[in-house]
Amino acid sequence: MIRVENLVKRFGDVTAVDDVSFEVRRGEVFAFLGPNGAGKTTTIKMLTTLLRPTGGRLEFDGLDPVAERDEVRRRFGVVFQDPSLDQELTAWENMEIHGVLYGVPRRERRERAEELLKLFELWERRGALVKTFSGGMRRRLEIARGLLHTPKVLFLDEPTLGLDPQSRNQMWAHVKKLNESDGVTVFLTTHYMDEAERVADRIAIIDHGRIVATGSARELKEQTGADSLEGAFLALTGTTIRDEAPTAADGMRQMARMWRGSGR
Amino acid sequence: MRVVYILWLREVKKYLRSRTQMIASLGSPLMYLGVLGFGLGPVFRRAGEGDYLQFMAPGVVGMTVLFTSMFSGIALLWDRQFGFLKETLVAPVPRIWIMAGRTLGGATVATLQGLLIFAVSLVAGFRPLGFAALPSALFVMILTAVVFSALGTVLGSSLKDMQGFQLVMNFLVMPIFFLSGALYPLANLPKVLAALTRIDPLTYGVDGMRGALIGVTHFGVALDVLALAGVAALLLCAGAWRFSKIEI
Repeated sequence: MIRVENLVKRFGDVTAVDDVSFEVRRGEVFAFLGPNGAGKTTTIKMLTTLLRPTGGRLEFDGLDPVAERDEVRRRFGVVFQDPSLDQELTAWENMEIHGVLYGVPRRERRERAEELLKLFELWERRGALVKTFSGGMRRRLEIARGLLHTPKVLFLDEPTLGLDPQSRNQMWAHVKKLNESDGVTVFLTTHYMDEAERVADRIAIIDHGRIVATGSARELKEQTGADSLEGAFLALTGTTIRDEAPTAADGMRQMARMWRGSGR
Repeated sequence: MRVVYILWLREVKKYLRSRTQMIASLGSPLMYLGVLGFGLGPVFRRAGEGDYLQFMAPGVVGMTVLFTSMFSGIALLWDRQFGFLKETLVAPVPRIWIMAGRTLGGATVATLQGLLIFAVSLVAGFRPLGFAALPSALFVMILTAVVFSALGTVLGSSLKDMQGFQLVMNFLVMPIFFLSGALYPLANLPKVLAALTRIDPLTYGVDGMRGALIGVTHFGVALDVLALAGVAALLLCAGAWRFSKIEI
């Protein structure tokens, strides 16, 4: 489904993604596990056509994300790390706009929106403004929206950041269900070990812009002789998971939280 | 086309829904009309310039259009990191449609807000020449709104953080307002000030509205419209270009 070969992205003299290669198979749940600043989001941005790679090769469903940008865009849905809903609009209006942006015909748009909102348990609240939603409901709405145009791949960048355990479980239950029933390929990034272990078929451990190891949770544990994924991570990267220095975006993020009060 | 329409609709819907914001934004124009209008009125009259409220009401409408449209453009900055902008930028549509929808939406909102202040100034005692004057005044108002929404888009796409926003407010928006002749006549100004007012697009917006509404104009409405249309075209191109360069 996705093939990445020797991918490199440099910002000035900082190398954010350094010679990364991996493959995501059709219908699987694939996780990128690594600390903040490891290059997870940068990789997602290149796969989702938002950034141009400095070097290497990308292939998305047989297409080139740089040359065949719009074709690729129609084939994936994405939930960004930072919320991208319009909070001043209702859940239904957010779905409508998405459908129009992706050129989904009106009838199909409405049917599919209804189906997805019901699935993600948001149908009763479709007429309410998004700013009245809890963090978990917003995430669910973003995922539902990302699926409206029936994408082949769903990208989730740190989808559970800032959610309580109950909302996290609920969210993954829905995503798993979709993955199994519709065969949507899921590509997620996380820095929660337990999450990667529980939901992903295969995991790539990334640190300092490089992929350190790839495999199922069990393979990674066997490979390192560790009895937990955490132990395997430690053995592979030499560090426990850590937060790197805050960036300008983190500063803005903090300000946004302060201003909006309600958190993410 | 549907994409431009739905993004335009989004801006207008949000505006019509935010009653508190609408009322809050009446604050400063009301203060200018009330305090300056009545406070400076006697001096203005003694100087032989006639009724100050008549003179400044179009200026206050212009100010409202300026502030509202610049804000909607600069909201891009916020939207870019934490909001809806990303959703539109990964969609399989050309960026220029997105930019067009947003900018036209912002201009529409600014025009609506300008009309609201116009209505308020009527209540405060402003009397235009006649209803025949309204269409041409509205036309100038729309052009002014497009100019500054496009400028807002240029800035919103170029700035990197919220500090830049303060800079824009203090060193661009406020000077544009104060140099526009919204509050004082353009005749007999010191040379430097006269030159500055002439490069300020809002000058032509205010002058055009004043010409249409009360028949007092420095440049003539035709020249005002021409100047505004030229600047609008220029800024729309610049906005489209800057918007196409946004990286997220």
